[in-house]
Amino acid sequence: MKTAEEIFNQLKEKFGSSIIELRTDKPVESFIVINPLEIDKICSFLHDENDLLFDSLMNLSGVDDANGTKEKDEKGLETIKGGTLSVYYHIESTKLKHKLTLKTSTPREKPEVVSVTEVWKGADWHEREAYDMYGIVFLNHPDLRRILMPYDWEFGYPLRKDYKNPEFYQGMKVPY
Amino acid sequence: MGLLDQEFTEGNIVIAKTEDLFNWARLSSLWQVGFGLACCAIEMMATSASHYDFDRFGVIPRPSPRQSDVIIISGTVTFKMAIRIKRLYEQMPDPKYVISMGSCSNCGGPYWEHGYHVLKGVDRVIPVDVYVPGCPPRPEALLEGLLKLQEKIRNESIVKPIRSGFVGKTA
Repeated sequence: MKTAEEIFNQLKEKFGSSIIELRTDKPVESFIVINPLEIDKICSFLHDENDLLFDSLMNLSGVDDANGTKEKDEKGLETIKGGTLSVYYHIESTKLKHKLTLKTSTPREKPEVVSVTEVWKGADWHEREAYDMYGIVFLNHPDLRRILMPYDWEFGYPLRKDYKNPEFYQGMKVPY
Repeated sequence: MGLLDQEFTEGNIVIAKTEDLFNWARLSSLWQVGFGLACCAIEMMATSASHYDFDRFGVIPRPSPRQSDVIIISGTVTFKMAIRIKRLYEQMPDPKYVISMGSCSNCGGPYWEHGYHVLKGVDRVIPVDVYVPGCPPRPEALLEGLLKLQEKIRNESIVKPIRSGFVGKTA
């Protein structure tokens, strides 16, 4: 059993500046913020190290932080410029019975995070879903396609805060 | 033989209007497409099972749309599925009927406003004969929907409709 703080110190020692910070100020369990382009290396370490052994990725989810500037175009449609999209990883060691939350943020205009499918096979569909709903691109993913929306959906990513539904999809009216 | 059992003393001819005979035959064995979408499908399956016994009305699920007379749209119709539902409907031979079961397939249901992936009513892709309200409807409600459909079929006509201006003329 290790606490998030102990794991943070261990990671900080090993990876230095890739580990950004430990957040304990939120009303949820504390989490470690990580550089999006080095998440695979860090996860691989968390998975393999003898006193960590995080063998299970319980969940991987995308989040639209909506922390950019809101702009209205000439039609009055609101879009968000700048800011970040985030990915949260909830991992667990079934052997050592400890859990950890990781967070990584990536710029909204070019959202890129390295895939962790090499570490946990189960990340495959989770990452496809995050890509489908938020447009977060997972580098080195073996099969990054939409998973829930139709493959030919060209109207954006539905769970982004500034998403607007189209009027029609394949001749079918979309609004109520 | 049920209703007709020992009703006739001699002879074996029943005289009926063709239309009545056709309609009676059609409404008495409505084979459904073996097809379910969401939680409504669970109620549909319960309706098919022994307690509610859809089979007493002649409703049997068929594994192919080409052998079916009715399709029960039992659940949320996503855009992805709408395209496939349309194809299934087109593969069914005429005469064919559609029962829209539950709020989702009637009008989008709880997804009416923020459901970016849901078609707001299956009647936007195929014509619906009977709408069954509920979320999900109880088996009794689906049975009543079927009875309404039977009523509709009972009043159908196979005679070519007479349109004004074309009376007495052949095409």
